[in-house]
Amino acid sequence: MEEISAIFSDMGFVIAEGPEIETDENNFTALNIPPEHPARQEHDTFYLKPNKSGIRPVLRTHTSPVQIRTMRSTKPPIRIIVPGRTYRSDHDATHSPMFHQCEGLVIGPEIHMGHLKATLINFCRSFFGVDELPVRFRPSYFPFTEPSAEVDIGCSRDGGGLKIGAGDGWLEILGSGMVNPRVLENCGYDSTTTQGFAFGMGIERLAMLKYGIPDLRTFYETDLRWLHHYGFMPYDVAGLHTGIV
Amino acid sequence: MKFTLNWLKDHLDTDCSLNEICEGLVKLGHEVEEVVDPRQILFDFRIVEIKNAQPHPEADRLQICSVNDNGKLLKIVCGAPNARAGLKTVLAPVGAYVPGIDIVIKKGNIRGQESNGMLCAFSELGLDGDSDGIIELADDAPIGASYIEYAEMNDPVIEIAITPNRGDCLGVRGIARDLSAASLGRLKPLDTSLCEGVFDSPIHWELSKNVEAIVPRVTGRYFRNVSNKTSPEWMTRRLISVGQRPISALVDITNYIMIDLGRPLHAFDADKIVGNTLFIKFANAGDKILALNEKEYECTSEMLVIGDADGADDIAGIMGGERTGIRNETQNLFLEIAIFDPVSVAKTGRKLNIHSDARYRFERGLDGESPDLLSGYIARFVQSICGGEISKEVSVGGGVAWQRDIYFNPELTKQLTGVELVNLKQKQILNELGFSVEASRDDTWKVMPPAWRNDIDVQADLVEEIIRIAGYDKLPMVPLPSSSVIAQPSYSEEQLRPIYLRRMLAATGLNEAITFSFMAKSDAELFNGGDDALTLVNPISSELDCMRPSILPNLLNALSRNMNRGIKNVRLFEIGPVFHDPDETGQTLSCAGVLNGDYQLGDWQDKGRSVDVFDAKNLVEKICKTLSISSHSIQISTPGPAWFHPGQSGNVILGKEVIGTFGMVHPEILDAFDIKGPVAAFDCNINAIPLPRRKNVSRALLKLSSFQPVERDFAFVLDVHVSAAKLLRAVRAAAKDRMSNISIFDVYEGAEIEPGKKSIAVKIQLTPGEATFTEAEIQKISADIISSVKKQCAGILRA
Repeated sequence: MEEISAIFSDMGFVIAEGPEIETDENNFTALNIPPEHPARQEHDTFYLKPNKSGIRPVLRTHTSPVQIRTMRSTKPPIRIIVPGRTYRSDHDATHSPMFHQCEGLVIGPEIHMGHLKATLINFCRSFFGVDELPVRFRPSYFPFTEPSAEVDIGCSRDGGGLKIGAGDGWLEILGSGMVNPRVLENCGYDSTTTQGFAFGMGIERLAMLKYGIPDLRTFYETDLRWLHHYGFMPYDVAGLHTGIV
Repeated sequence: MKFTLNWLKDHLDTDCSLNEICEGLVKLGHEVEEVVDPRQILFDFRIVEIKNAQPHPEADRLQICSVNDNGKLLKIVCGAPNARAGLKTVLAPVGAYVPGIDIVIKKGNIRGQESNGMLCAFSELGLDGDSDGIIELADDAPIGASYIEYAEMNDPVIEIAITPNRGDCLGVRGIARDLSAASLGRLKPLDTSLCEGVFDSPIHWELSKNVEAIVPRVTGRYFRNVSNKTSPEWMTRRLISVGQRPISALVDITNYIMIDLGRPLHAFDADKIVGNTLFIKFANAGDKILALNEKEYECTSEMLVIGDADGADDIAGIMGGERTGIRNETQNLFLEIAIFDPVSVAKTGRKLNIHSDARYRFERGLDGESPDLLSGYIARFVQSICGGEISKEVSVGGGVAWQRDIYFNPELTKQLTGVELVNLKQKQILNELGFSVEASRDDTWKVMPPAWRNDIDVQADLVEEIIRIAGYDKLPMVPLPSSSVIAQPSYSEEQLRPIYLRRMLAATGLNEAITFSFMAKSDAELFNGGDDALTLVNPISSELDCMRPSILPNLLNALSRNMNRGIKNVRLFEIGPVFHDPDETGQTLSCAGVLNGDYQLGDWQDKGRSVDVFDAKNLVEKICKTLSISSHSIQISTPGPAWFHPGQSGNVILGKEVIGTFGMVHPEILDAFDIKGPVAAFDCNINAIPLPRRKNVSRALLKLSSFQPVERDFAFVLDVHVSAAKLLRAVRAAAKDRMSNISIFDVYEGAEIEPGKKSIAVKIQLTPGEATFTEAEIQKISADIISSVKKQCAGILRA
């Protein structure tokens, strides 16, 4: 998480955080995911008991509500990344009921998809430490962005192992897009004059790829033998001047 | 969404290869999940004839077959009971990969007999079919031919992920339309001419007034004297390829059209409909429908259903009912083509927890024109397979209001994407996708999306369509403009604190854990949690059903797990959220840790010792120090919370606030976590520790004394209940800024000391200012210290 933050810090991003028990409004509706939207089915949401006004708080399914909070409380320009815990009710080798995400939001005059592309390609190359890492943008769909793009990096799966940056395979690692005008309006911005981009990634997934960790669940088992094997030295500091570990 | 290459080519006139098509799909936003090309896997498997079969001399169940492989005789050992002379079957030659059993065939020796290949069963080829023995082919099967070419199973199957906005691509034709817009072929025409029908349908619709808003259009037709036989082979083969089980021609047709045109249909057995009317209405609360999946569903009054004189028997847009469903004997069919409100279908589907292919398509939105536009095509399709006579169409509903205008400024494409595309090109792309474009005033266009694109309604949607077809590879790489000349810190001071703590604790020798934010309610209750408002309604298990009031239970569980794996001397910490109520103020940041076993390992120099309460206290003090809180400003009250040992625990207080707790974990708690041996623990509330006041970059001038410091020792006899901290405060108050250091070097109770009293010995260091201390000055400071201790702690200097 610090490695990811360090790369974005260098691009002038600041860190934003928010609560993990969220309102339905911030987690879904303001993000252009109304109650019957099919995209909700893809978020297996944890709910708490309804409060006095009958509203069910949710455990945030992504860190996007922090983007909403930031936009509602701040005037542009904005350049934040939002790392944090997120929750979905799913449990297997590639899903954990709790996982970490890091999202980013850039709002500013004339910020367009070209900026998005450069930012994310530079991120992927720095994070994996591969200068010529092939990165592919392809159209996708997220309710909160329009146009939307998914980002794949080049990899090879030859011989059972996964090698980043070589071969002819592709591996999906990020979702992104231009912030949907409806989301901007929901946050009180004028969508005809304000624009920007957002992106999001799963931190464990990136760590699994970079460090070759096979099972997501082991992140939360607190087995000391695992911690010693995959852990870091206390003073391994990720940064521009120290290098990305 | 699965389809085959040949199926796609029914709709798309293209010269593109399978690879080009797959790449095109990805560029259009349809992620290709899997391509199974039987030609690549099974091409080498060829047709052979067994010339003769002899029992294996060494094994009862094996036979030695002599096989005609395109004129060459091969000796192959085979275990299949149906291997016999004259049988035509399929050979996996030496070197072939056999997908069903995941092996590569090698020249082998089976119990002393040479074997040059394998005769295959369907399952070994990864195909469905009777696999009790090897494949039996017709006598006229051509020896030497590729089996899959012969069996026409050479059609590659493509599986793509369709994003939730693209309901229009949940049919092969929709995908073909998208590919054709990207110039990967030409969409073939579909015969949508009307079908008059030769008689009046004996069955009619009746649409309740109160559902008109959610049932914009339903058409239906009656088909008389159809024959519901098995479907033609080409259709069953395609359905199997995409994972649909063939049932009978009428059922298969509805599935085929759903996948082919993205158009769900519902087929009633007309003879099972009671009366002449199908009612489309809200269910009566409590209506029970036995659905086609053989489960019974109880409806509520906001669910849309279709029924006859005998009641509801179809959950509209989701699943039909058993009572009026198609049977093998069905002779008369009533076929429904409907548009229902997607939100209504989604709500009902979610409430009843039915996931059907129909629901999936209805809730993503259908082509608003399809009930009328496709009615003729579908009628002819049914007739071409099942024969019979087609009735005139019966319909209800005023139609889908799908037409809408979007005023679009083509400049926006450059503004949002950075890609410069001439207006003509943009207009061309929109037209190819079926949008109509008219010049409006100024530079703005009036754009009307086609009936099948109900996902498009703002300008940004049009930009996405244009850039999607133009290609995301056209996006330029533009670095973000520099936001400020002076480097701005990414982390606020508050956000840096966990980072500092993480480094400090890790460097001290603790390991960082990250555990779930939820835990078992029973564990939470032991730590003052388990509040109903913080209990999950839908937990993943009862072990993870309650938001954690403290990190300690999770760390104790982790410690217990590690101990069970034989790991000793576990030291764990975690920095993370804890939850006190569901509001946003109810979440605080906690830094907690547990330690067990030996704090210092014994070795040849030191004896070593077990962890104790002071280790925990020491870590809390280090945490405070890391966050710029000096140990002078905190006070300790005892005992700590109930989960600690009452005699070996405390609360750390800053001002009036408890900022942390520490101690040895209570033995009963240890029992609950199945831990043997003592455990020291600490738990700090980081949010309760104030941030240091805004630091001034320039500091006060530092005056350093150039004279020798002086050390003096004092021993005081105090009441046993007086804390050492109180004594130190009293000493400090008297010595003021003369004192540069103070430490406790002895604590004693026992002989020579009165019962109920203890002796504490401190060493103080005094630093002179302008000149060295005179004896008188030192005497004066000593006297001040002694009287201060007497006044504040009722302590006396030990004789």
